[in-house]
Amino acid sequence: MDKRLDLSKQSQLNIFPVGVKYTTMYAKLMKHLEALEAEAIHIMREVVAEAENPVMLYSIGKDSSVMLHLAMKAFYPAKLPFPIMHIDTTWKFSEMIDFRDRTAEKLGLDLIVHINKKGQEMDINPFIHGSAKHTDIMKTEGLKQAIDKYQFDVAFGGARRDEEKSRAKERIFSFRSAQHRWDPKKQRPELWNIYNSFKNKGETIRVFPLSNWTELDIWQYIHLEKIPIVPLYFSKERPVVERNGALILVDDDRLPLEKGEKPMMKRVRFRTLGCYPLSGAVESQANTLPEIIQEMLLTTTSERQGRTIDFDSKSSMEKKKQEGYF
Amino acid sequence: MVYIDDLIAEDIELYLKKHEEKEMLRFITCGSVDDGKSTLIGRMLYESHMLYDDHLSTLKKDSKQIGTQETGLDFALLVDGLSAEREQGITIDVAYRFFSTDKRKYIVADTPGHEEYTRNMATGSSTADVAIILVDARNGIMTQTRRHSFIVSMLGVKKIILAVNKLDLVNYSKQIYHEIVEEYTTFAKNALEIEEITSIPISALLGDNITSSSDNTTWYTGPTIMEYLETVKLEGKNFSNPFRMPVQWVNRPNLDFRGYCGMIASGKIEPGDKIRILPGGKNSTVKSILFDNKELEIATSGQSVTIILEDEIDVSRGNMIVSAENPSGEADQFQAHILWLSDDAMIPGRQYIFKSNSQIASLNLGKLKYQINVNSLNHVPAKDLKLNQIAVCNISLDKRIAFDPYKENKTTGGFIIIDKITNHTVGMGLIDFALRRSDNIHWQSIDITKEQRALQKSQSPKIIWFTGLSGSGKSSIANILEKKLHSMGRHTIILDGDNIRHGLNKDLGFTEADRVENIRRVGEVARLMVESGLICITAFISPFESERRMIRSLVSEKEFIEVYVDTPLEICEERDVKGLYAKARAGQLPNFTGISSPFEEPENPEIRIDTTKISPEAAADTIIQFLTKNHLT
Repeated sequence: MDKRLDLSKQSQLNIFPVGVKYTTMYAKLMKHLEALEAEAIHIMREVVAEAENPVMLYSIGKDSSVMLHLAMKAFYPAKLPFPIMHIDTTWKFSEMIDFRDRTAEKLGLDLIVHINKKGQEMDINPFIHGSAKHTDIMKTEGLKQAIDKYQFDVAFGGARRDEEKSRAKERIFSFRSAQHRWDPKKQRPELWNIYNSFKNKGETIRVFPLSNWTELDIWQYIHLEKIPIVPLYFSKERPVVERNGALILVDDDRLPLEKGEKPMMKRVRFRTLGCYPLSGAVESQANTLPEIIQEMLLTTTSERQGRTIDFDSKSSMEKKKQEGYF
Repeated sequence: MVYIDDLIAEDIELYLKKHEEKEMLRFITCGSVDDGKSTLIGRMLYESHMLYDDHLSTLKKDSKQIGTQETGLDFALLVDGLSAEREQGITIDVAYRFFSTDKRKYIVADTPGHEEYTRNMATGSSTADVAIILVDARNGIMTQTRRHSFIVSMLGVKKIILAVNKLDLVNYSKQIYHEIVEEYTTFAKNALEIEEITSIPISALLGDNITSSSDNTTWYTGPTIMEYLETVKLEGKNFSNPFRMPVQWVNRPNLDFRGYCGMIASGKIEPGDKIRILPGGKNSTVKSILFDNKELEIATSGQSVTIILEDEIDVSRGNMIVSAENPSGEADQFQAHILWLSDDAMIPGRQYIFKSNSQIASLNLGKLKYQINVNSLNHVPAKDLKLNQIAVCNISLDKRIAFDPYKENKTTGGFIIIDKITNHTVGMGLIDFALRRSDNIHWQSIDITKEQRALQKSQSPKIIWFTGLSGSGKSSIANILEKKLHSMGRHTIILDGDNIRHGLNKDLGFTEADRVENIRRVGEVARLMVESGLICITAFISPFESERRMIRSLVSEKEFIEVYVDTPLEICEERDVKGLYAKARAGQLPNFTGISSPFEEPENPEIRIDTTKISPEAAADTIIQFLTKNHLT
C-alpha cells in the first residue's frame, strides 16, 4: 500500500467508509452525487485511456474547480496525466488569475496559459469592440489556436446540460470538425456508458464529464468536498459601477468610466465568472457556501443571465457552439 | 407534490442534508409525434419549481410568438432546444433534462417519436430505469407505440408507465382509457419482457394526474406520474449479482503502486475476495480498494474505484476483473440482437469495430438469421440491415472477450458497432449467448504456467518453424538440430510433414482447403507443445505467408523462429529425393509447390539458410548460434 495515503481526509461522500456495515444499505440506489461523481471519473479515465494528447480546459470558475477536483480523485495517487489549459482573454478578474496560479502550484499541475497574441496585438477590448467580438476573438479563436498549436485531440470542458437548451442535446463526447465546428445534426449516438472516441483526420473531441450535473449539484459538491473556489463567489465590499442594469466591478484601471460615473462600494458577489467587464455582480450578503446555495435557490434569475453573451441573439449559444465556442 | 422548498429559507443546512440523500433515477419519455412528450416534461419542470423567472418570461414570450397553444403556456417550447427543431415543431434529437423532488433527482431522456429517430430513442433507453410511453387518447395504440415499447423492452427497461395523454380531449372518458390500457396490456404480455406496467390517465397540458390526483378522473385511484416515480422500487445495488469490473486504465505512477481503475458493473467487492482476470483466466486476490485517497471496506456496482491485487499479474485495459467463484463467459462468437443506427445499411461479411465496455475487437457480422419487424414483431428473412431495423445475427470477433448475456448484465453484454472508415457509431448490439464452438468455456484457471513448466526444464519453449520447397533440406537440418539440442539437455519434439500426415492428419488430402487445415492443426499442436514448455521443431513446406503469420500469432513474440531453407527450385528438382518433382512435371501431382502451386518466400524470417553454400550440419549450428546469441535456448 502506498505510504502516502492520507486517510485523515475522509470525505462525507463515502458510501461505505471503513467501519460502516453495508448490510443495512442493501438495495438502495446510489445517492445522486455519488452517481454523478462516479460517472465523471469513469468518463475522465476513458479519455485518458484512449486519447493521444488530452487537455483539461480550465476556466477557473466553480465548474472547472469541481472538474479538477474529480480529476485529482480519478487518477490518485498518480499526478494528473494531462495538462490543464486556461484561455486567458486578458480581461479576467485579477483574483481569478491569482487563484489559478495558486491552484496550479498547490496541486502540482502542468498549467498552460494561452493568450490569442493576434487579438492582443489588435488590442481587442470589450469596451471598444463589444462583448461579441471580444469573446469571439479572445476566447473562441484563442481556444482554436491553442488546440491547433499543442495538437490536443481531446479537451475536457466543464459545461453542463442544464445550463442552456442546446447543451441539453450535446453528447458527453462531442466532436468538432477540423475547422472546430460542432454539427448538432451529426452527433454520434451515445449508448450506455460506451463512448466512441475514434476520430477522423483533423477532428477533435470536447468531453464534458459534468454533463449531468445541475448548478445545485455543483454547489452542493463544493460544499461537501470543501473544494476551494475563487473568493469572488463570496460577498464582500467591492467597488462597482452600474451599467445597463448590471453591476460591473472596477477590477483595474482599464475600465473606462463614463461621464458622471463613480465607482461605489457595495457588498456584492458573482454567480458566474468570466471577463470582468462582461460579468455582472449581484448585491448579496452571502459569504458562506450554504448562504450562497440558499441565495441561489431562492433567487429567481437563472445562472447565465449574469453573462451578457447569451443575450446577443436568440439561440445564440447554439450559434456560438457551432462556431467553436464551448 | 410536497416540496421541501420551505426549508431553503428556514434551514438551508437541513435542506442540503436532505438533498444530499436523494437517489438518482433516470427515465425516458417516448411515444409518437405530438403525443405530448415535450409538454409532459415541460410540465414536470414547471411543477417541480425548476424554472427560473427569466426562463418563465422567455417561455411566456415564446408561447405568444411561436407557441401552438392559443392560450396559456406552451411547455414544449421549454425543452425543444435547437432552433431547427423549434421551427419544425418536432424534437429531433435526444435531450437530457434535470429536476428533483424531495426524494430523488431525475434525469429525463427526452426522445423523439419520428421513425427516423428511433436510434435516439434507443440511446435514451440504454441508460433508463423507467420508461414513460405516451399515447394520445384520441388515437390509441399506434404502430410507433409498439415499436418504442419493443425497443424499450429489448434494451432491458423493466418498468413502464403507460401514460394515456390528452384525456381532456376525449372528455376524460373512462371507457376510452380502459380500452387503450387493455389493448396495450395484451400486446405487452405477448411481445414484451416488462416486469411492471403502470397505466395512468393524464393531461400533460392541463396537469391532470401529473403531480396531484385530478378531479376530472375520479374513477382513477392509482398513483400520479410523480407519485409513481417517487416510489417505484428499483433494483439499485444488488449485491447478489456476480462481481464484474472492466479495467479502464492501469494506474502506475511508480514502481510501488499498480492499481486497476474501473467502474463496477455489478456485484460487490471486498479486500480478500478471490478474483479472476478475463480473458485469460489468471486468479488473484483483492489486496485493497481505493477511492480517491481512501481505502474502502467494500465497493459496489456503480462506483468508480481502483483495485489493487495481491499478485503482480499482467492486467491491462480490455481485461475484466470478475468474481473467481462466478466468472463471466469468455468467447469470440456470439448470437446477438443488432439495432442499426446508420443511414448506410449494414452489410453482412463486412468488418466493423466492436466495442463493449473497454474491450475493442474487429467484428465480422455474419449472415442475418432473421429481422424483427418492429411493427408486427414478426420474424422476417433479410439480407441486410437498414437504419432503425433490428435483426438477430451471428457475429465473430478476432479475439476472445469477457461477456455476460445482455439480459444478465447490460454493461458486459451490450456493445456498439463502429464503422472502420467513417469512425461513426453505426449500430448497437446485445449479446444473447456465445455460440457452441466456443460456448461457455470458462477457461480453467491454470495455476501452473508455461513459464513454470519451462523453468522446470531450464529452457525457453518455442516453435522453430522450417519452411521451404519440397526437397530443400528442411527435414535433414531439423533432425540434426534436434540431436544437437538434445545433447545440450534441451527437451525437444519434432513435427514433420510425413509423421503428422500418417496420424493426426490422415483424414486430410492435398486440396488447398485440406492443406490449410493441415497447417492449422500443426500450428495448434505446436502451440500446445510450447505451452508444455518444449522446443518444437516443425518441417513443413508451408508455402503461404498468411498461414505462417497465423501460426506466429498463436504464440508470443520470441517464441516463433522462422527458418527459411532457401534452396533454388532447380536444385530441389535435381535432388528430387522422393521422386515427387518428376511426378509433378508429368502432371501426376496437381498443386505441387514450385511447379503448379506458388511458394511465397518469407518476408522477414529470423534465419535464412542457403543450402547451396553450407552443409546441413553447419546450418544446424547457425540456428543454435542464433538461439544462443538471442538468449533463446
